Amino acid sequence: MPKAPDPITRDLWHVVAATDELKIGLIETTLLLDRRLAMTRGLDGEPVVWFATDEENGDDIDADSVLDRLPVKTAYGYTWTCLGTPSAELFPIPEFAEADRVNMSCGSIGIHVSAPRAVENFLDMGHFPYVHTDILGSEPHTEVKEYDVEVSEERDEVLATKCKFMQPRAAKSATQAMEVEYVYRVPHPFCSVLYKSCPEDESRRDVIGIFLQPMTEETCRAHLLQSMIDSTSTITDLRRFQQTIFGQDKPILENQYPKKLPLDPRAETPIRADKSAIAYRRWLSQKGITYGVIPQAS
Amino acid sequence: MPLSLSDPTWYPIASSEDLPFRHVYHGQLLGRELAVWRADDGNVNAWENRCLHRGVRLSIGINEGQELKCQYHGWRYANRSAGCTYIPAHPADAPARRIENRKYPVREAFGLVWSAANDDQRFAPFPGAEGHDWFALRPVPVNATPEDVLAGLSRLAPDDQSVEFIPGRAVTLGSARFFVQPVDAARSVIRGILPEKPADEIATLRYYNEQLTKLRDSLERAAAKKPAPEPLQPVFEKVSVELSTMPDIAVPRGNTFPVVVKRKWQSADGVIGFELADRDGKHLPTFQPGAHIDVHLPNGLVRQYSLTNGPGDLMRYTIGVKAESASKGGSKVLVETVREGDVLAISEPRNNFPLRRDATRTVLIAAGIGITPLLSMARFLDKSSLNYELHYFARASQTMAFSSELDVLHGRVDRHIGFTREAIKAKVAEVLGPYQFANHVYICGPGAMLEMVQATAAALGWPDDAVHFEYFQNDKVIDASSAFDVELARSALTLHVPAGRTILQTMREAGLTVPSSCEQGACGTCLTGVIEGEVDHQDVYLNKTEKASNTCMMTCVSRAKSGRLVLDI
Repeated sequence: MPKAPDPITRDLWHVVAATDELKIGLIETTLLLDRRLAMTRGLDGEPVVWFATDEENGDDIDADSVLDRLPVKTAYGYTWTCLGTPSAELFPIPEFAEADRVNMSCGSIGIHVSAPRAVENFLDMGHFPYVHTDILGSEPHTEVKEYDVEVSEERDEVLATKCKFMQPRAAKSATQAMEVEYVYRVPHPFCSVLYKSCPEDESRRDVIGIFLQPMTEETCRAHLLQSMIDSTSTITDLRRFQQTIFGQDKPILENQYPKKLPLDPRAETPIRADKSAIAYRRWLSQKGITYGVIPQAS
Repeated sequence: MPLSLSDPTWYPIASSEDLPFRHVYHGQLLGRELAVWRADDGNVNAWENRCLHRGVRLSIGINEGQELKCQYHGWRYANRSAGCTYIPAHPADAPARRIENRKYPVREAFGLVWSAANDDQRFAPFPGAEGHDWFALRPVPVNATPEDVLAGLSRLAPDDQSVEFIPGRAVTLGSARFFVQPVDAARSVIRGILPEKPADEIATLRYYNEQLTKLRDSLERAAAKKPAPEPLQPVFEKVSVELSTMPDIAVPRGNTFPVVVKRKWQSADGVIGFELADRDGKHLPTFQPGAHIDVHLPNGLVRQYSLTNGPGDLMRYTIGVKAESASKGGSKVLVETVREGDVLAISEPRNNFPLRRDATRTVLIAAGIGITPLLSMARFLDKSSLNYELHYFARASQTMAFSSELDVLHGRVDRHIGFTREAIKAKVAEVLGPYQFANHVYICGPGAMLEMVQATAAALGWPDDAVHFEYFQNDKVIDASSAFDVELARSALTLHVPAGRTILQTMREAGLTVPSSCEQGACGTCLTGVIEGEVDHQDVYLNKTEKASNTCMMTCVSRAKSGRLVLDI
């Protein structure tokens, strides 16, 4: 019997699907916080989510016939729901609304690891040369330079700035290694957003979001968002790029033990490059998150 | 008998054949996963299957021959000690803290690789083990409890033969021995061996395979009818408090331990080689390329010598000692009075000369006995197939130490013999060339040589942080005329340092225990963090950038320019 999620996790908005990919009148089932959910979209295109009983994936349904519904929000191309009492707002990504950006969902990928482990991997630069060889990094350029991390009290999020990494082909036009600058936000215990220098416009940044759907304590689905300034690449190319990257992360994440993220500082061995991960673990600890983590023994 | 996580019995975990060179085998014993790998020197390692950094399985890592490299962040762990030797995210730092993976005892014998949950029992061969060249059968995994599997095996004996149980969940059936490897509470592997290789190998393997597969099917059918026992719950041990924090400056430890001189030989004219080993035949502590040890000499002196060893080479430390006629009693004692079989005290290896492995080009420049740390660096780079060139300057070819060791390197090794000062300078300039991004040069040799290479590199546009060197002696005259106060932040003490006394002496007089070694500002032992105040650096240990940062100092010789210093002590 899975344990009930902690109240903080229960009351969060959780991503469950790319809204566009929910078919009107067809049921899709999924798992959130150990509960089986059924989802569809009504004729108005609005998503509907409810606790599944005997529904099966692919069943026909008239959304109007679903009375006992869970709260729903659509944001950043995705459908979000909540199993408790949700807050009014989801975290902001203001760039998403900029008219000239190409916004796209890049797939929902199941991973056999806890959601917080996947967040931590997203924040990590040190693995670029080893896991994303010749794309996001390559030996011998392995150094993670000093960067800044803070927990913004006002916005209640972890913020890592001045993150720099030497990348072999940071852009399609690049012919030699160049240093790329990143900013990372963790505005939600299971979501992170990164801002990366944009090759096309020096004054702006490409935005990549990862939204984790905690299915169980040790499994999750990663939903990827790209919000790019890119007038040349096709959406297929951009999606394929993100899926390649994530396909490289998946086997590493699934070989991590324990699968839940340990919050005890003595569980693993941090180095200076892990400052953002340490801040993230502390932030989860202080919030009282216990789902998908191994809390620090008090 | 239920399984216990602390069962001290030795069990087979693999066949010898499962461990070819450069492979990592995923082993399992008593609910635990093991990363099992053979180093190029033949040694077999059985480690907890988890990198201490982020918990990724080491069995998906890369066996680099003498080091295992984690797939996630490229951390490298040494053969035998499982100590971390390199963290690529911080290429300029030696991993100062002792990061060491959990190891399990391991033995290779009778065609199998054996391990145990702990060191409580010595490895003992099973009865009748000696005198045969054992041949391993194909292992058969069974989803059943080890007890049931053992009972099933014993039922394979013909009715007219009694079953002989061997200690450690094993039976004798005819000439064959069968061991049950307890993988977990409800999972086992049957590992059989024959006293010698059968005449018809394939037919024999097939015969046993058929027998054991039948047994497996019946055992698994029976197991499916019973409630499965709870899997064992191994605990990941916590790392030390020291490892869970991130100190900005490594505070070296002052521990010493005894070693025995295994070999002493003339490596070249005027250079004596020493091999130092643990007295009980265990491996020595992990070191990184460029590391040195303090050798405590019989006459009470302490001298630093660089290790020449390559990666994962921990059974003996090899150092080279110059037999200087003008020696002040340090090297002289080693050369003249220390003999093979003598015991010396040495410090754990420390690294003031770390090798970055993130260079596109690494230039190693050695003069005379300065070859020692650079030989170690070359061996590490060699093993990882990283690009390097080693330039070795000497007066005459017969004074070039470790020649045979240099001969087996695969990289470029240039020997420059009998050059004049001017010719050396011209050669160095030619070798270095104008600075390019991610180029690094390492120099070791006499003081004049270091200064010449530094000046030459600077003139060619090489930045300070691309030029690496290590002094073992401080030839400068120390100016001890200043007087000032030091505030010791962590000890909540303020002391006055008068002219003529060092900070180190003053702290000791106040009752503090502070590590030091050379006390001439050369070895780095008394490195101390500076919180406030301006330091008057007089050591040769810190580089220009480090001195300019004003964040650390050597308390044995350096002083204050300001009236007050606040130290992190």
